[in-house]
Amino acid sequence: MEARILDQFRAIVGRGLITETSQLHTYECDGLTNFRVLPQAVLLPALTAEVQAIVQICQREKIPFVARGSGTGLSGGALPVDKGIVISLARMNRILEVDLLNARVVAEPGVINADVTQRVAPHGYFYAPDPSSQSVCSIGGNVAENSGGAHCLKYGFTTTHVLALEVVLPDGSIVHLGSRALDRPGYDLPGIFVGSEGTLGIATKVVLRIVKKPAVIQTLLAAFNTTEEAGAAVSGIIGAGMLPAAIEMMDNLAIQAAEASVHAGYPDCGGLLLVELDGPAAEVEHLIEEVSAICTQCGAWEIRVAQSEAERAVFWKGRKAAFAAMGRISPNYIVQDGVIPRTALPKVLSEIERMSAAAGLRVANVFHAGDGNLHPLVLYDGRIAGQEERAMELSINILRLCVQCGGSITGEHGVGEEKKMMMGEMFAEPDLATMQLVRCAFDPEQLSNPGKVFPRTRFCAERTGPYQPHPLEVAGVAQFF
Amino acid sequence: MGTHSSSGSFVADVKTAWNDLRAVVGAGHVRAGSELDAVDVFIPQMVVEPANAEEIAHALKIATDAGLRVIPCGGTTKRDWGNPLRHDGQSGELILSTRRSNRVVEHAWGDMTATVEAGCTFQQLQKTLAEHGQRLALDPLWPERATIGGILATNDSGPLRIRFGSLRDLIIGITLALPDGTLAKSGGKVVKNVAGYDLPKLATGSLGTLGMITQAIFRLHPIPRETRTLSFASSEGLTSGRESLHDLVLAIQDCNMVPTGVQMRAASSPTENELHEVDVRFEGTTAGCEAQIEQTLRMASGARRIEAPADVWNARSTLWTGVEPSAICKFSLVPTEIASFLGLIRKVSRSPSLHWRLVAQAVGVGLLRLEGNDNATLLSALEDLRKQVESRGGSLVILRCPLEIKSKMDVWGSASDALPLMKSIKARFDPRGTLNPGRFVGGI
Repeated sequence: MEARILDQFRAIVGRGLITETSQLHTYECDGLTNFRVLPQAVLLPALTAEVQAIVQICQREKIPFVARGSGTGLSGGALPVDKGIVISLARMNRILEVDLLNARVVAEPGVINADVTQRVAPHGYFYAPDPSSQSVCSIGGNVAENSGGAHCLKYGFTTTHVLALEVVLPDGSIVHLGSRALDRPGYDLPGIFVGSEGTLGIATKVVLRIVKKPAVIQTLLAAFNTTEEAGAAVSGIIGAGMLPAAIEMMDNLAIQAAEASVHAGYPDCGGLLLVELDGPAAEVEHLIEEVSAICTQCGAWEIRVAQSEAERAVFWKGRKAAFAAMGRISPNYIVQDGVIPRTALPKVLSEIERMSAAAGLRVANVFHAGDGNLHPLVLYDGRIAGQEERAMELSINILRLCVQCGGSITGEHGVGEEKKMMMGEMFAEPDLATMQLVRCAFDPEQLSNPGKVFPRTRFCAERTGPYQPHPLEVAGVAQFF
Repeated sequence: MGTHSSSGSFVADVKTAWNDLRAVVGAGHVRAGSELDAVDVFIPQMVVEPANAEEIAHALKIATDAGLRVIPCGGTTKRDWGNPLRHDGQSGELILSTRRSNRVVEHAWGDMTATVEAGCTFQQLQKTLAEHGQRLALDPLWPERATIGGILATNDSGPLRIRFGSLRDLIIGITLALPDGTLAKSGGKVVKNVAGYDLPKLATGSLGTLGMITQAIFRLHPIPRETRTLSFASSEGLTSGRESLHDLVLAIQDCNMVPTGVQMRAASSPTENELHEVDVRFEGTTAGCEAQIEQTLRMASGARRIEAPADVWNARSTLWTGVEPSAICKFSLVPTEIASFLGLIRKVSRSPSLHWRLVAQAVGVGLLRLEGNDNATLLSALEDLRKQVESRGGSLVILRCPLEIKSKMDVWGSASDALPLMKSIKARFDPRGTLNPGRFVGGI
């Protein structure tokens, strides 16, 4: 990068400019480590005005930029782009305001997810979205990815809990989307911005909605011989008209890994369910009995209800540590994030089993079973030639299976770099072209996290409508895949 | 393509367009507009009723190519919402109705999702879903006539939103017909899905200005086993009684009960004894409802318990009847501002004397009816009220009022600094301004 541009950046952020190659390596990937790009520079602004000044330079000099929170994303959303810079929001980490009576919290993007709950917990509130990485992931990253978590079955996703945003647009202007009051007249811009994976601009302030803690929380653990039995219990619970706060499922391989890693004391079984109910005491006490009865009917041979907050924490510890725990049973693994209609679960599970056997690779399964969000973990050994390729192929085929069953390629991890080639299997060209209209309205020059989410970069001057090959494709210079 | 410079060729193009439209939807489904089809007082030339999404998209393309303006329409219950249509006197206008495209396409009850065409009435959808003990957890106005497309386009919601959120929290997939004839899907049939931009949210509340909603997919909830409602009234004449009711509304939100409705009803009175009432609803198991009712009664010990009117959760719709001239507004404020909002209404309606009624949801959103002696009085009260509401970070949108007021006051209120961005989105989706020109925020 030219020295004059670096000087301009330095004038804005001072020592918050990183250009040393050794330090830049920290930012070359996010939680998806098999994609790496070294950025030209990393900038750590502390104020909205600094973010704006940086973006204005990017706009003037046509430098692509990638916003980054804690870098825990699992789809390569914060992967730097070639010849681009990374704007880390880690220093913008203040909770600016807590308005308990209206249940609103104003946070900067670098605030850690769990810190919001920690701040309001003494007053009986919590911030509902709870990705497993919540002790380190940032609100800005959650906004970009529309993060979920185990409890979004009942409470909704990040988008449910973001009311308003201050955003630096790719042209360097600052705009305010939404408002603290509901239903601001105009297009639902927070709705389109949350989950846009950093492609529409950079959030510099976020107004969050917090939720009152339920009167009672009860967590039940049930052991089944098979995931089919556990799946039948999930259908039974939902079919009985209950909406638990969370329903999580793990298969035997996932249980083994969790046990080896955090000793959660899970029974050694083929399918484990964690069901959490919350609400008024009278209701929860009644419904936990019903859940227990349904599990027994479906073949559960051990049912435990957490008797204390400490025991509940242990139940969850195994589940939340499940991804990282794979390191205990396999040198390498790929985590996927497919979603299927809940009723397709038995079919999809048996198909995954078949595909796993055919590929000669083990697959551990961890699910948000209540909403059909699967996290198949494809285990492999990168030292053995060809295994990584087979593992990637298998994980992509599992996503393909999810789409064929009427589901989605991602429930909460985002498309990012990793799954953009799969978008064409889920959406037709007119669907993707229509999404690009939004992109072009926010970022006509495609400077904000370019090349992510969509299978190819559509130029904003191109006409939309039925697919037409790009002139470069016709000339055989570029390929659309 | 319509050339607007010469009216001669324009008329020829329009004639061709009408013929093309007849060819697409069938001559029996194209008719001349009449007074019954008027939007405000404006009568569109034609009413076109396509049978399905493909026909809707095709009709839109024909209209766009001929330079015609399109007013999307469903059950016509909210047809006058929005600013008056901007028309240049040269281009023709047509109503594109979804009423024939009205099927519940799929109720995947095991997955608790439903796919429904835009022209389906809310009541018809709920009836279908109830066959499997489920519902779309929303309570819009006029469910027997209002269609899914219209409810989405106007982002209508009722008391249930305190527990289930509004449409943005319930819609998971959408199909949009764009002015260029593109049919685009976004979202999908699963509750949890972050693949691509969230166009269902963008279309919700957009008043049909980006594309015509042809189909929507929703997440569903079970019909509750038990529903119980409690109502309270302030002690007559006691200001402190009113205040304690407002406090009760805030306290219910600040405790760990989970009501599925908390609303306040209030109305002006010729005496100082303005009556305020509060309704609280619980759903769930019998034991859960009873425990929460007991808890509410303990919290409301200072209030007078009354028998809830039969249709109290539909109280919003009663604001559409009364003395004319009147204006009906949707207001939105943070919950703690509702009490001071009531004070503002009292102030603006004191002199000259206006009558008012309101139904406010505890989340801070509500409807207000103002009745005055003449338009000028109403206009000045509305302007005053909006100024105050906006200075508190809220909004006041006029849903219905005399046309004279509409011509003097933007029904949506002041636009934010995001207006250029909204205009840019509109320009990308509808570059020729086919859909509902001028009717949305900031002249979009």
